[in-house]
Amino acid sequence: MSTATTARDERHDATGSATVRSWKNPIILSVVAVLASLVFALGAPRNDVTFRLSEENDPIVLPSIVVSAPVIGWIAALAMIALAVYAILRTRSGQKVPTWVLAVFAVLFLVAFLTWVVGSARTPNVALYGLLAGSVTLAVPLIFGSLSGVLCERSGVVNIAIEGQLLFGAFAAAVAASLSGSAIVGLLAAAVAGVLVSLVLAVFSIRYVVNQVIVGVVLNVLVSGLTGFLFSAVLSEDSERWNSPPRLPVIEIPLLADIPVIGPILFQQTVVGYLMYIAVAVVYVALYHSRWGLRTRAVGEHPKAADTLGVNVNRMRFMNVLLAGVVAGVGGSFFTLVAVSGFGRDMTAGQGYIALAALIFGRWNPIGAFFAALLFGFATNLSNVLSLLGTPVPDQFLRMLPYVVTVFAVAGLVGRSRAPGASGIPYIKG
Amino acid sequence: MKLELIGITKRFGSLVANDSIDLVVEPGQVHSLLGENGAGKSTLMNVLYGLYDPTEGEILVNDEPVTFKGPGDAMAAGIGMVHQHFMLVPVFTVAENVALGNEATKAGGMLNLQTTRTRIRQISDQYGFDVDPDAVVEDLPVGVQQRVEIIKALVRDAEVLILDEPTAVLTPKETDELLGIMAQLKADGKSIVFISHKLREVKAVSDVITVVRRGKVVGTADPSAPTTELASLMVGRSVSLTLDKKPATPGEVTFRVRDLTVQAANGQRVVDGLSFDVAQGEILAVAGVQGNGQTELTEAIMGLQDHVTGSITLDGNELVGRKVKDIIRAGVGFVPEDRSVEGLVGTFSVAENLILNRYDDAPFAKGLSMSPSAIDKNADEKIAEYDVRTQSASAAAGTLSGGNQQKVVMAREFSRPLKLFIASQPTRGVDVGSIEFLHRRIVAERDGGTPVIIVSTELDEVLELADRIAVLYRGRLMGIVPGTVSRDVLGLMMAGMPADEALAQAHDVQGGNL
Repeated sequence: MSTATTARDERHDATGSATVRSWKNPIILSVVAVLASLVFALGAPRNDVTFRLSEENDPIVLPSIVVSAPVIGWIAALAMIALAVYAILRTRSGQKVPTWVLAVFAVLFLVAFLTWVVGSARTPNVALYGLLAGSVTLAVPLIFGSLSGVLCERSGVVNIAIEGQLLFGAFAAAVAASLSGSAIVGLLAAAVAGVLVSLVLAVFSIRYVVNQVIVGVVLNVLVSGLTGFLFSAVLSEDSERWNSPPRLPVIEIPLLADIPVIGPILFQQTVVGYLMYIAVAVVYVALYHSRWGLRTRAVGEHPKAADTLGVNVNRMRFMNVLLAGVVAGVGGSFFTLVAVSGFGRDMTAGQGYIALAALIFGRWNPIGAFFAALLFGFATNLSNVLSLLGTPVPDQFLRMLPYVVTVFAVAGLVGRSRAPGASGIPYIKG
Repeated sequence: MKLELIGITKRFGSLVANDSIDLVVEPGQVHSLLGENGAGKSTLMNVLYGLYDPTEGEILVNDEPVTFKGPGDAMAAGIGMVHQHFMLVPVFTVAENVALGNEATKAGGMLNLQTTRTRIRQISDQYGFDVDPDAVVEDLPVGVQQRVEIIKALVRDAEVLILDEPTAVLTPKETDELLGIMAQLKADGKSIVFISHKLREVKAVSDVITVVRRGKVVGTADPSAPTTELASLMVGRSVSLTLDKKPATPGEVTFRVRDLTVQAANGQRVVDGLSFDVAQGEILAVAGVQGNGQTELTEAIMGLQDHVTGSITLDGNELVGRKVKDIIRAGVGFVPEDRSVEGLVGTFSVAENLILNRYDDAPFAKGLSMSPSAIDKNADEKIAEYDVRTQSASAAAGTLSGGNQQKVVMAREFSRPLKLFIASQPTRGVDVGSIEFLHRRIVAERDGGTPVIIVSTELDEVLELADRIAVLYRGRLMGIVPGTVSRDVLGLMMAGMPADEALAQAHDVQGGNL
């Protein structure tokens, strides 16, 4: 029977010719390319920029990269203009702008921006390896947070409570590690704390069908209040006993840790850092290639379909929300066992919400969320580093950049960002 | 496999959806369940499929009593169901949808989709389905999606297949193909429960017909029984299936549409370059399979769509770009597709719903205040005129039955002089008795000299009402044909063939037969 094929072909033809050309991408590329040539090329600082790749006393010493700011600025600007023109031509002939164009464009922009902003600093010399390693470190809690979001939202539960999970995880890790004297106990306590927050979220949003966003926000306020109270009432009274957790040691993997640039990023981490890489890989593989993942995605997209095939929708969601609590709780331990030693009031400072943004920017995909979180970590770290170097751009503006990008991403400018179909909708049988 | 339902009763609160229903499905048999919308057919099947617990009664499989706690149990017992609204995850591939709930796995719970793909290809080849296991479901035509649903049941070794209103979403050609597939499945020894309210299809494929009315079995019939007999059994009284209407006497053309294009949010043209006219005193029916731009067309006329280009004129005045309220003021009456969501405010009273289009005009409003006495008086008149069955004028509109809700919407729209009347699916989910009434009211409006546009996916309705028929396919006009045209021609046009070709082909076929 050939009818199905012909019908399908016709449909593709129909959508192909009926789809109106989108000028969104070429226009954005052109505007950015023009701005980039004005700022990065014409406005380039007249000096060389040094990117250091290794420390002088590292086992393997790489030479520093020294480039001329105007040269890089002009090359990048011209290449960006060329790509924009290519995009315009493609769109005019009715074709789509390929993804690689966008990717190359983004990389060029980043290189030109980095050269320009470092070149404009008082000391145009930056340690690239430090910049990258610092970004990963700052991104760790974001990545755990957004993975927690992936687990929840893919199964159809909106998780606004990431902030609360992180904060409670941080608190529990500090207290448990201080009391027991063991950072690993702290890590486990953090996971339990995350699950506790998740449990409340799951019971109210799944069992009692309360609006998920409201439960999430309430949980964040609750955790903030609770930990704040305990901090001032208990932890501050005797911080020696309650709030001086041992830090997790950095575990260096021999030889591999000596590789320049990527060594410190991949092979010179604490347990939490290694767990992060494992978690991203495991969640990704499981979500797309396991029975659990297939059911999770089905329950988040079309719960009724899953139900008619004998999948218990609400149990699936419940388990996923609890699992998300483990992930976010462990992420929270980063604050008190890795970053600093000790809990501080509201120390997560909105990172949970940024993790939520990373989740959306990463299109509800673990790998996407990972890179989105890295971008946010990079921007934060860059602004830290640049304020030390003394740049003409106020570092607050640099810090804003990733969120501006997120707003555009969520608005659908960089391809379509589509949430799981049933995310936020409770499933009621019948 | 032999399937028996004995004395199945299902109550929702005080509502009895199924009242001690008995049904026997023999192996290798197509058993049709015929009944109007709301007769309780779907409820019965959901009980059978384990989605609802029966209040009373039992289910026997091969003479053994069984209880189904959920669809999983029903599937394990060899019952498969193709739901009216497909239970497919749109972003999944065919293989993922088929595997879900019944996954072949490798070590560690990892999916083994290759096994599923092989099974899909086997079944697809056996029945000539032509389904690609790696296609994403949302990209597939509706007819193919339906086959995926059938594959889902067959992969789970279903012996009894329940098809719930399977033809509602299909073109006439796809319907014929489905009926062919059903015959093939039957030849393979599968039993089929075919749920429908379309008499022709039921007569074409059934071995046994059980007729259900208001939750009860009212009789069984032989497929050779005459259509009128089945219809009266289904409705409970004799019905005239044909509407007496005088030939149209079209007057001046007052409504014109030129190059109308509507774009969806994703840029796709859901209505693509339509041009047509409607004269005073004629009914133009817009036919087509659901989702081919009909909804967007009516909404564009009413000013409910963004991204509309082209021109729509009524009495020479442009309507595109004007506010909905201005369009209503210009004399356009509109019965939307989904009365419970768009046609009525369910929590408002019947009386309030009857003045939604005139709430700020005399006599219902005076300055800042409303006039309750005028509203009540209007309600009493309309309820009497349209025979709306409601406890009182102050009852919430949402508590009325579908037919009575539709009467409220119609009564409201006809309550002022119109220059154009548009009705989308005017009788969907309405009992046959009310259908007659509503159809007569629409024809009366035509005879009063109003241009009328009816959008319907039911060919019977289109053929009954239309003076001319416009067929839409993927947002494009396949042509406008006279209301007396044959079903075959309409079927071809609904599948995307332009009017002249369709007329020529239908003519050839007839010529060949003669």
